[in-house]
Amino acid sequence: MSSVTDVAPVPATRTPEGAPRRPRKPRGGLVLGLVAWVIGILFVLPVVWMVLTSFHSEEAAATNPPSLLAPLTLEGYRTFFGVGTGTNPWPSLLNSLTASLVSTLLVLVLAIPAAYALSIRPVRKWTDVMFFFLSTRMLPVVAGILPIYLFAQWSGLLDNIWLLIVLYTSMNLPIAVWMMRSFLAEVPVEILEAAAMDGAGLLRTLRQVVAPIVLPGIAATSLICFIFSWNELLLARTLTGTRALTSPVYLTGFVTSQGLFLAQMCAAAFVVSLPVLVAGFAAQDKLVQGLSLGAVK
Amino acid sequence: MSTTLERSREDVQPPGPPAGGALRRSADWARRAPLLPALVFMIVVTQLPFVITLVISFMNWNAYYPDERGFAGFDNYVNVLTDVATRDAIIVTIELTVVVVLVSLVLGMLIALLLDRKFLGRGAVRTMMITPFLVVPVAAALLWKHALFNPEYGLLNGGLTWIWGLFGSDDPPQPDWITMAPLASIEIALIWQWTPFMMLILLAGLQSRPLDVIEAARIDGASAWQIFRYMTFPHLRRYLELGALLGAIYIVQTFDAVFVITSGGLGTANLPYTIYQTFYTAHDYGLASAAGVITVIGTILIATLALRTVSTLFEEENAR
Repeated sequence: MSSVTDVAPVPATRTPEGAPRRPRKPRGGLVLGLVAWVIGILFVLPVVWMVLTSFHSEEAAATNPPSLLAPLTLEGYRTFFGVGTGTNPWPSLLNSLTASLVSTLLVLVLAIPAAYALSIRPVRKWTDVMFFFLSTRMLPVVAGILPIYLFAQWSGLLDNIWLLIVLYTSMNLPIAVWMMRSFLAEVPVEILEAAAMDGAGLLRTLRQVVAPIVLPGIAATSLICFIFSWNELLLARTLTGTRALTSPVYLTGFVTSQGLFLAQMCAAAFVVSLPVLVAGFAAQDKLVQGLSLGAVK
Repeated sequence: MSTTLERSREDVQPPGPPAGGALRRSADWARRAPLLPALVFMIVVTQLPFVITLVISFMNWNAYYPDERGFAGFDNYVNVLTDVATRDAIIVTIELTVVVVLVSLVLGMLIALLLDRKFLGRGAVRTMMITPFLVVPVAAALLWKHALFNPEYGLLNGGLTWIWGLFGSDDPPQPDWITMAPLASIEIALIWQWTPFMMLILLAGLQSRPLDVIEAARIDGASAWQIFRYMTFPHLRRYLELGALLGAIYIVQTFDAVFVITSGGLGTANLPYTIYQTFYTAHDYGLASAAGVITVIGTILIATLALRTVSTLFEEENAR
């Protein structure tokens, strides 16, 4: 996409039908292209600033006007990872990783069969079921958080990572069902029939015929579920204390010290955001589909 | 985004259910079986707690006064709606949601229109645009609060000093952004994160336009504005609705930004934050539940509209 220039007079095919697009007048396009670049840079600037500051020393980070060209150092990262300060972010990072990965796995285990029953061999009134799933995603977290908290207190599950895993699974399951359904609906029925005719059993059909087609969809779904779980704060803040603390909660407690902390805060924010940035860029093309619950492709 | 363009799939039509009583019933169950675990799981984990919230909302229950637990009727609801703090929280929630959704929708549309054109480095700009959405919300809130809004060394005031310095002035304005405009500060941080979301949905909408029709209009001499006003905008309307409604559902629930940037102070406590405080700090379970139920009622209003929009898109998709 990035390699296409706007000045080239060749018709760029953009539609599936291959309808050629009329070349635009180069000058207007150039100005608008520049405007797009400026806006893009403005939007990414805070993130660039965060990364740059994370590699500055605390003194250089807290100057006014900003010292852009200050020497780079890993001081902020050393402080964040507890070199000489005794703080240790690893348990919270591992907790976040566990909660996100295990809940994503659970989501897939529950969502893929459900999506199968909603697309390839659909149950009756399958649209109603779809909209039930969707409506649960629209229920605010605060609507159920108190009973969950009381239940956790009563059952001793407070500060237990498994509680978060179950809740994150419920948070992401509707999204996954909608996404997986739209991916499974792309499997042509003829292929399934041909496989059945050739005597392939259900499992074999799933593994050898369906899986290769929907694997990219499963990957995209996983990445989006991972992002949502990794980002979650309210439930984690309420239901964990010390043992099951996740990284967003760790981040909120991180900035309590007086004195200079901007560089290490930026380092912390960057480290915690890194998995989401990686997952998000990897799922870029499917991001909008996941966020719109499969309504937009 | 290339995958969004290939829409050559045919929809899977459900084969008719087999005739005959027992056979049909067992076949029905075979179809339902893969669905049940997910369905049961969702009912237990999401619907059950809400029903309990509903029950508690009619109870007088404060963990600090365990002896006074009992039925309270509509007292909690009366308290939520008459108490200044919770009433303000309702207003803040509405203002926050409306401002963030509208501004990011308008910005998102303008940027999507820019990105729909071909220009050098379009992919790079698109990637830059998505980046804010991929910063962990807590990290984004911390970044805005400390690295950008901070009156002493934040980038905004640093930039002002730098610009004023260019003109030889050593007396630049150094506003304390968060104290000056606490709610607007939160809104700006949220708009920064949500504009990419709107942009992505609208860009997908733009790229699903029937280009041959637009081409025909252009050849017939329609101006760019006419094409936008009478062809692109009507086509985009449903995507705008979808973006607004989904955005609203997510933004009504904003907790991270309020918690980090102002800790609910300076008149910025919204409903999720107030509910969190009411039960987590004040331990007034009845009141918190009533506020939760009111949030749900508000959300249902938005969600009904959202579901209708999604279902229109969904039916079109399946009719194709």
